[in-house]
Amino acid sequence: MNPFSSGTRLRDMIRAIRACKTAAEERAVVRKECASIRASISENDQDYMHRNLAKLMFIHMLGYPTHFGQMECLKLIASPGFPEKRIGYLGLMLLLDERQEVLMLVTNSIKQDLNHTNQYIVGLALCALGNICSAEMARDLAPEVERLLQFRDPNIRKKAALCTIRIIKKVPHLAENFINTAAALLKEKHHGVLITGAQLCTDMCKVSTEAHEHFRKKCLDGVVKLLRDLANSPYAPEYDISGITDPLLHIRLLRLLHVLGHGDADASDSMNDVLAQVATKTETNKNAGNAILYECVSTIMNIEDNGGLRVLAVNILGRFLSSRDNNIRYVALNMLMKAISLDSQAVQRHRATILECVKDTDASIRKRALELVYLLVNESNAKPLTKELVDYLEVSDPEFKGDLTAKICLIVEKFSPEKLWYIDQMVKVLSEAGNYVKDEVWHALIVVITNAPNLHGYTVRALYKAVQKSNEQETLVRVTVWCIGEYGEMLVGNAGMLDVEDPITVTEAEAVDLVETAIKRHSSDLTTQAMCLIALLKLSSRYPSCAKRINDIVLHQKGSLVLELQQRAIEFNSIIEKHGKIRSALVERMPVLDEATYSGRRAGSVPAVVSTSLGTQPKMSNGVAKPTSAPLVDLLDLGSDDVQAPSSSGGDFLNDLLGVDLSPASPGTNNQAPKNGTDALLDLLSIGAPTAQSSSSMLDMLSSEQDNKRSEGLLDNFASLSTSSAVSSSSMMDLLDGFGTSSSVPVAETGGPSYPSVVAFESSLLKVTFNFSKESGNPQTTIIEAQFVNKSPDIYSNFIFQAAVPKFLQLHLEPASGNTLPASGNGSITQKLKVSNSQHGKKSLVMRVRINYKANGEDVLEDGQISNFPHGL
Amino acid sequence: MGRFFLVKVIRELSGMILTRAPKLCNFVEWRGYKVVYKRYASLYFCMCIDQDDNELEVLEIIHHYVEILDRYFGSVCELDLIFNFHKAYYILDEILIAGELQESSKKTVARLIAAQDSLVEAAKEQASSISNMIAQATK
Repeated sequence: MNPFSSGTRLRDMIRAIRACKTAAEERAVVRKECASIRASISENDQDYMHRNLAKLMFIHMLGYPTHFGQMECLKLIASPGFPEKRIGYLGLMLLLDERQEVLMLVTNSIKQDLNHTNQYIVGLALCALGNICSAEMARDLAPEVERLLQFRDPNIRKKAALCTIRIIKKVPHLAENFINTAAALLKEKHHGVLITGAQLCTDMCKVSTEAHEHFRKKCLDGVVKLLRDLANSPYAPEYDISGITDPLLHIRLLRLLHVLGHGDADASDSMNDVLAQVATKTETNKNAGNAILYECVSTIMNIEDNGGLRVLAVNILGRFLSSRDNNIRYVALNMLMKAISLDSQAVQRHRATILECVKDTDASIRKRALELVYLLVNESNAKPLTKELVDYLEVSDPEFKGDLTAKICLIVEKFSPEKLWYIDQMVKVLSEAGNYVKDEVWHALIVVITNAPNLHGYTVRALYKAVQKSNEQETLVRVTVWCIGEYGEMLVGNAGMLDVEDPITVTEAEAVDLVETAIKRHSSDLTTQAMCLIALLKLSSRYPSCAKRINDIVLHQKGSLVLELQQRAIEFNSIIEKHGKIRSALVERMPVLDEATYSGRRAGSVPAVVSTSLGTQPKMSNGVAKPTSAPLVDLLDLGSDDVQAPSSSGGDFLNDLLGVDLSPASPGTNNQAPKNGTDALLDLLSIGAPTAQSSSSMLDMLSSEQDNKRSEGLLDNFASLSTSSAVSSSSMMDLLDGFGTSSSVPVAETGGPSYPSVVAFESSLLKVTFNFSKESGNPQTTIIEAQFVNKSPDIYSNFIFQAAVPKFLQLHLEPASGNTLPASGNGSITQKLKVSNSQHGKKSLVMRVRINYKANGEDVLEDGQISNFPHGL
Repeated sequence: MGRFFLVKVIRELSGMILTRAPKLCNFVEWRGYKVVYKRYASLYFCMCIDQDDNELEVLEIIHHYVEILDRYFGSVCELDLIFNFHKAYYILDEILIAGELQESSKKTVARLIAAQDSLVEAAKEQASSISNMIAQATK
């Protein structure tokens, strides 16, 4: 036994580690070895440095930390002997990377070795440098490498070339120094030098336009000739692979041609012949030949167009596509994706084959094919393609369903010719793979559904049928529950039957069954259950016969351990039991959701959250004074200027608009009634007709819609409020009869300073004047008498004025004197408003108004902002 | 941290690649890269490449390497590579540098390796002859 031996030999250690049966055993062996290596290092044991480093590298490969060995690498590199340097450099490359500070210390050793007399040592240094040098080292050692590019030994030249690649990647501006020497490499005979030289030139073109120009002018012809000679060369045993001489060099040269020909018509011309030759003459029965063909096709696709060559290339790809070799099909699909931008028609011809590939057993091929199919979809083939994909969805692997669903939804959104088809496809997708469907997608579906009133009946029935079969798809259940809530009466009444439908009979009880199952099911999550509760509230109004039963189900949730559900249950139960009179107004049909807000996604981009703020101006109708987003933000008194309000600001909108402090219970949308019971609700509703109507409908909107993103559509929905307002205004008027003062005579107020009247709003069709007065003793409250005058020759009927104010103001609207406005100013309507300013003296009044009327049989909407209130109000 | 990442990478890739059936294509997509793998008996050789690299060529490069290993070790087997991992690296360093191809001639690579091996042999002999002399002298 050698008394100086440092533990075991390398192979004994490896044997010992492999013999370990458990991870703990292995750790113990490794620990022991590391300890002995550390001891050996600290004793500066020269004899076993080599063996120690080898052991360390093995241990490193197993995944254990070995940083204590880094200095050993340096010591070995600095040793004079070849074996030490060899293992030292290997250790350097394996154990260190360019982020280590230790690396800098090696620069000097490398520099010396680059000048060594032993060419193999020079080679070691070049190899290490090429693998891990940092930008610093690159700058320091570039001159040495440049010299070595012209070294007598070709093996050194080829290593120097690859080392140069790393240098110019790290320090691009150094590339200019190498242009001439790199070009010279292309004139050589040695294959290794040619391969590395071609690669160097290719990479230089990417970082330096000067290099690019130079190579294009001076070297292109040489490269073309090289390739031609290579393609024509006879059998050469040293370089032969599968009967082709040096296919790897073929490919390198093709790649260089690719870079040189790209964007330059002349250069592309000069390479046409050789490309055609390679494309047509290369043997395709072996992988080597196919690799060359693939590279050739890639080059053809990326240089300037020569019609014949492109056709040739696409044909080759077509052949690849029908090959039985999976590798070939994979690369073909890959390349076809790039080919689409160049010649979409040609690729379309292969659509059927590509579609087959989507169903392939090979997951990699499926993925590629699906990407490609998505690029191929256009208006004319969207329907059949989608059908194929949806059919495949049923049989596809679960891992693939996610991708497939996402793509189908994208296609359907982008290319639906009509809403009926869109809804049909989405119902199928939801039934099959609803759980993979993203939230934005089913939200968009709901938006579309609301925008298709003639399809409401059809949709709710289709969804009902679908859920019978696939009730484990959560998303499907959610959408169905929402639709049943909204369109429940159409479900049982078979309203709006389309020709293509089979009639079904669904009783109210069955519909309620569905919702009840959904809410009670163990696997339903919070969102689903919450949506069920709201749907039940709506149904309690739409299905009077089931009201008691529905109430019972809602009551049952009162005891829910989840706060959200409990709160909703209590509130809804309260509405059902105590506020039957206003319930129907509350749960009226929701107004149409604004598609424009979602149009950003329709175009294909999917932002994480559709902006909840006013930044995205929803489609406003023909109002005159369209506010820009900034004043709007001010109006609603949002704290920051940041237009991208977080989703919970949905509640704030309502707060501001109604001047009521509704407490947002959770980042959901339950801005129903505040915690202090239903009193605030009554307050709201006893104020005045228009505001009350708008508030009730808005509550309804918020209650029905889970999605905070919708909130920005609130203001936009004033338009549709007019219809609902018109319906309920009569009942409201009755309620408020007690207020009196329905005459248009303004009450003369006494006391307080007087304020000048202002023209609050004026358009070519209408003029609105505000007269101000203050209540005596109450400086914060202003009484405004609004006078509306018709400027057009048409009579306006159904005239309704609405107003909204920011949080610090409180607004009460009294009923108007009438709702018919005679033409051309031959009369007027007046309406009293009462505004209380909690920031009296600090902030001025500001108000947004919306006016609806009917003129000449057409509905007109005008809106605007009034900011010209006199100061001090 | 970086070292454990290597192990993690290997574990992830093993999971993906080992489960693939034999007839499937030799490419998998992983973290935005492509991984080309080729199976030789019980060994898988994998190369991770960029999106715009030529997968078929990489298959050839892997085969190139394996053939050279085969010639060097004489019907190379797994144990050869385990116990002589450093030599496998030396050979790899004659074929690729920083992932770029260096030499397409198997003959040249074999020659270069042989030359370097004999340098190592010579150095060993010299070292053992010196230590013999010392051992003799100090007996």
